[in-house]
Amino acid sequence: MAEYQYLFTRLQVRGPAYPGVPIAADESQRSGKPGFSYLLGLIGDAQIGPIRLGMTGFLSLVFGVLAFEIIGFTMLASVNWNLGQFVRQLFWLALEPPKPEYGLRIPPLHEGGWWIFAGACLTLSLILWNIRVYLRSKALGIGPHTAYAFAAAIWLYLVLGFIRPVLMGSWSEAVPFGIFPHLDWTAAFSIRYGNLFYNPFHALSIVFLYGSTLLFAMHGATILAVGRFGGEREVEHAVDRGTAAERAGLFWRWTMGFNATYESIHRWAWWFAVLCPITGGIGILLTGTVVDNWYLWAQQHGFAPVYPQLNPGIVDPAISAGARP
Amino acid sequence: MRFYAFIAAVAIGLAGTVAALFSLERPGMLTAQLGYRGTGIEAVVNPRLIAANAPRHVAPPAIDPADPSGDRASTIYENVPVLGHLSIEQFGRIMQAMSEWIYPGEGENQGCNGCHVPGNFAAEDMYQKTVARRMLQMVQAINTQQTAHVGATGVTCYTCHRGLAVPAEVWSATPNTASSALAGQAAGQNTPLPRTGYASLPFDTFTPYLVGNAPIRVQDTVARSAPTAATMQQTEWSYGLMMHMSTGLGVNCVFCHNSRAFSDWEQSQPQRVVAWHGIRMVRVINTEYINPLQPSFPPHRLGPAGDPLKVNCATCHQGVNRPLNGAQMLRDYPELMPPAPERRAEATPR
Repeated sequence: MAEYQYLFTRLQVRGPAYPGVPIAADESQRSGKPGFSYLLGLIGDAQIGPIRLGMTGFLSLVFGVLAFEIIGFTMLASVNWNLGQFVRQLFWLALEPPKPEYGLRIPPLHEGGWWIFAGACLTLSLILWNIRVYLRSKALGIGPHTAYAFAAAIWLYLVLGFIRPVLMGSWSEAVPFGIFPHLDWTAAFSIRYGNLFYNPFHALSIVFLYGSTLLFAMHGATILAVGRFGGEREVEHAVDRGTAAERAGLFWRWTMGFNATYESIHRWAWWFAVLCPITGGIGILLTGTVVDNWYLWAQQHGFAPVYPQLNPGIVDPAISAGARP
Repeated sequence: MRFYAFIAAVAIGLAGTVAALFSLERPGMLTAQLGYRGTGIEAVVNPRLIAANAPRHVAPPAIDPADPSGDRASTIYENVPVLGHLSIEQFGRIMQAMSEWIYPGEGENQGCNGCHVPGNFAAEDMYQKTVARRMLQMVQAINTQQTAHVGATGVTCYTCHRGLAVPAEVWSATPNTASSALAGQAAGQNTPLPRTGYASLPFDTFTPYLVGNAPIRVQDTVARSAPTAATMQQTEWSYGLMMHMSTGLGVNCVFCHNSRAFSDWEQSQPQRVVAWHGIRMVRVINTEYINPLQPSFPPHRLGPAGDPLKVNCATCHQGVNRPLNGAQMLRDYPELMPPAPERRAEATPR
């Protein structure tokens, strides 16, 4: 029996390619003759395809590629079309949002117009892809959980790039498209608004982020651990006695007195994962619109601890010198 | 197929190793606690790098002291408006020191000839002499009016020059080199440079903050206020300047700030007050001493935008939080203090 104790799937079962369950309506739109890949079989199912792109998938790819190309070519332009410098500085390059003086107006393309255009294309692409996920779920007769989860991520993306900038009255509040630039933006955002660490929704988001990794580790470990009893075949085990599922549940009852079920563990994981961007988005939305300095806000609400000062009596020299801060 | 999978795994491992080797500093760091326990206010230093860089921060041995009595230099020499109050012996000593600090080489235009027309010390033909005279006034002013930053340690020519006619760490305005309007959209940021600690932050932060006096503070002083004062862009500019101060002094944020509340003075380190005065000092140096010299400099001594090469924190500090590791050079060179009556007049706070 194959065991799941290795990085790779050791046994690849390979029958005739399987086109998928027959469903009524649009079966004919699945394209591509299924094939097999040994390398992908090491980490997942060896069968590749069939795929169904559809109109939403096609348009999503078109807008996604458009956004990707706009971002890439403006980055290339910012190094004077020098390919070598583009590769060298790729992590530093960015498509920046418009400058503050433009507010919510649409600036010329080279002063942030491209950022608005690329953002609109990327937003369309993400939403179309999620509609496709929703429609495929419906067509297969499964629940829309994946689409709802993706919508939670799109919520955070929209808060950062659209909703909050609109509430603040300036596109310049939004995040640049770029690897290091968006990280520097994140650090600057926390500094500007008095330390996001003291934003309770940021804290909640971290709870769900770290909680997700904890749950993922517990669940993944449990299933791999009972793999020698066929534990990955969850459905029949959930209802039978003496199975791997029984041992897995018993293990957690022994170690912490309580166990999730084979069904509920996925509810735990789904909610933790989904709540991470939802609470994070709320925290970002409140920053600058409702609260301007989270550290001072936390002091007002009594949860920023006060530490003794080793160097007391430091005074703002701008006050004593009467100079400009 | 299995073979290719193996090759792919080895390639990924090699790439990861190379990335780690070229982006991480070899360990062996020491930490020193600077603030209350548990707050993470601590200095992190690498003794290996400190030892390797130590020779860069050694002051040259002082020349034997000069007799301050006797005739004044102004009674013997022509054109000595700044140092005329020194004795002949002191005057000769500081001239010798300057030639060793700034033009230590052997060839043409080195030593005395770096600033003086050979054979005619009184001639005013060389721009270097004009600049040096203004720089001497600057050093006198710093040592009397900027003690909030330089303390009793003061500065000498060597603090910046270190044996070079043009100090190693200088800056000039960044001209707009974008070849097209599209290329200009990221001008001023998003390129890896030491002065921003290789972040993608704006890098020409010196013009607004170290020549101009644009407000550096971005945090609101009340929890909830409207409308917001500083934009995200302003924040990134301030951040860029702070990265320069950090790299220029070889310190981290918490050397001055409590990083949980950057703006709060009560939780800051005393060094933040010194740094605050340092920023004001650099503004004075750049606007009152260096920029007015612009017409004196030949084109090859100007930056690409036509402005003179100016001063920032790294010009003196050069990577250590006390220039020359705090060497008391001014104590050995009293010639670099202004004449006594002027000293009293200028020492009064402005």
